[in-house]
Amino acid sequence: MRSLSVSRVVEAVKEMCIEANHFLSKDMMEAMQKAAEAEEAPLGKQILNQLQENARIAGEDMIPICQDTGMAVVFAEVGQEVHFEDGILEDAIHEGVRQGYQEGFLRKSVVKDPIYRQNTKDNTPAVIHYSIVPGDKVKITVAPKGFGSENMSRIFMLKPADGIEGVKNAVVTAVKDAGPNACPPLVVGVGIGGTFEKCALMAKEALTRPVNKRSDIPYICELEKEILDRINSSGIGPGGLGGTITALAVNINTYPTHIAGLPVAVNMCCHVNRHAARIL
Amino acid sequence: MDRHIKVPLTGETASSLRAGDYVYLTGTIYTARDAAHKRMYETIEENGKLPLDMQNNVIYYMGPSPAREGKVIGSAGPTTASRMDKYAPVLLDMGLKGMIGKGKRSQAVKDAVVRNGAVYFAAVGGAGALLSRAIVASEVIAYDDLGTEAIRKLEIKDFPVIVVMDSVGNDLYETAAREYCREDGKPDTVKGERG
Ligand code: SF4
Repeated sequence: MRSLSVSRVVEAVKEMCIEANHFLSKDMMEAMQKAAEAEEAPLGKQILNQLQENARIAGEDMIPICQDTGMAVVFAEVGQEVHFEDGILEDAIHEGVRQGYQEGFLRKSVVKDPIYRQNTKDNTPAVIHYSIVPGDKVKITVAPKGFGSENMSRIFMLKPADGIEGVKNAVVTAVKDAGPNACPPLVVGVGIGGTFEKCALMAKEALTRPVNKRSDIPYICELEKEILDRINSSGIGPGGLGGTITALAVNINTYPTHIAGLPVAVNMCCHVNRHAARIL
Repeated sequence: MDRHIKVPLTGETASSLRAGDYVYLTGTIYTARDAAHKRMYETIEENGKLPLDMQNNVIYYMGPSPAREGKVIGSAGPTTASRMDKYAPVLLDMGLKGMIGKGKRSQAVKDAVVRNGAVYFAAVGGAGALLSRAIVASEVIAYDDLGTEAIRKLEIKDFPVIVVMDSVGNDLYETAAREYCREDGKPDTVKGERG
């Protein structure tokens, strides 16, 4: 058994909230650069250049890349040989978010009740997904999620007979319906299989995979490329103002499913695809 | 076409703008997003007085991140405009001349833009750090309790926007995407498969 003080979790979550909101990951920066070079529409190219400039200013001036600094989604992969000390893990994660959003001058965008909508004023609670894994380490990923793109996400409970064509059409439909609202260029996270909720969670997890890394499953790797191609043929373009780059990547995760089902979830993410991870 | 114009708008300027124009705005605008719109709408329904006069003004759908010390404002990019669609036509009919946001609008908003010779601009979504540099002053003028959703008066200088909907009914989101569309006519929508 390894002991870990939850104060280290507070510290790490706090730092990652600030880091993720000011610095895009290297794979995202490279993908944006490549997109700016490849975009054929003059206005589209101009927008992609502005977005790169925006990311540069964010890091230099320590001003968030986007004013929607998101709801904090946290993945905690906890080694089963870890014992937490000095408090409750869940409290520590929320505390880290509270401190990160306060000290990092991040926007507080969370309301306490979905109907009565009173702002909690510290961006808590986070949305936390735990998994128990082998070993004595804890991996924490903080992925602040903006809602312009979250709102355009969809779930399709397809029939097995819809097959792979059905999956392609579902993802392309979701992207077209999202259009300019989700702040393209997009990163499209897709879950295929599992149950209703498993499929949605896979789509969210898929967004934390580097955009330059394709699926290890050969046919899914091909599917990712083909769907990306179709999305980029839509003409939606950067900012939705026309162009040849509507998405930077399609990341797909899969899971076994039931004989009667073919769930497909599409979690839309904008070009501010934020995530930071640490191993404690 | 690149243009530099002053805000508040005149009716003449607003109706001369065309979808696709790249415009730099200088002057005074106001922010309002979901909660402020809901409150203004309720005030109108109760025949109350609005915290700002709509006549010729421009509303920016935006809720900033907090300003660091010594800064005018935090990150300050547009939010999705369609959430304000329920409220926008009535404000346009009261004289509102421009809206800045991102994303598609309803037919009712389009109609109200045409009817009133107004304009809908897009600012680049997710460029809040860059856009903050074009904001030279910011002051909360109403609904302080709404935090980031309060109504702010902003002084802007060469604030970059693109005309999406104009007073003659053009919609750049539709025309520009069509121009770059390279689809080969495959069926690409899922009908009746939701839920
Ligand atoms: S969708 Fe993304 S880029 Fe657009 S406003 Fe929201 S967080 Fe920012």
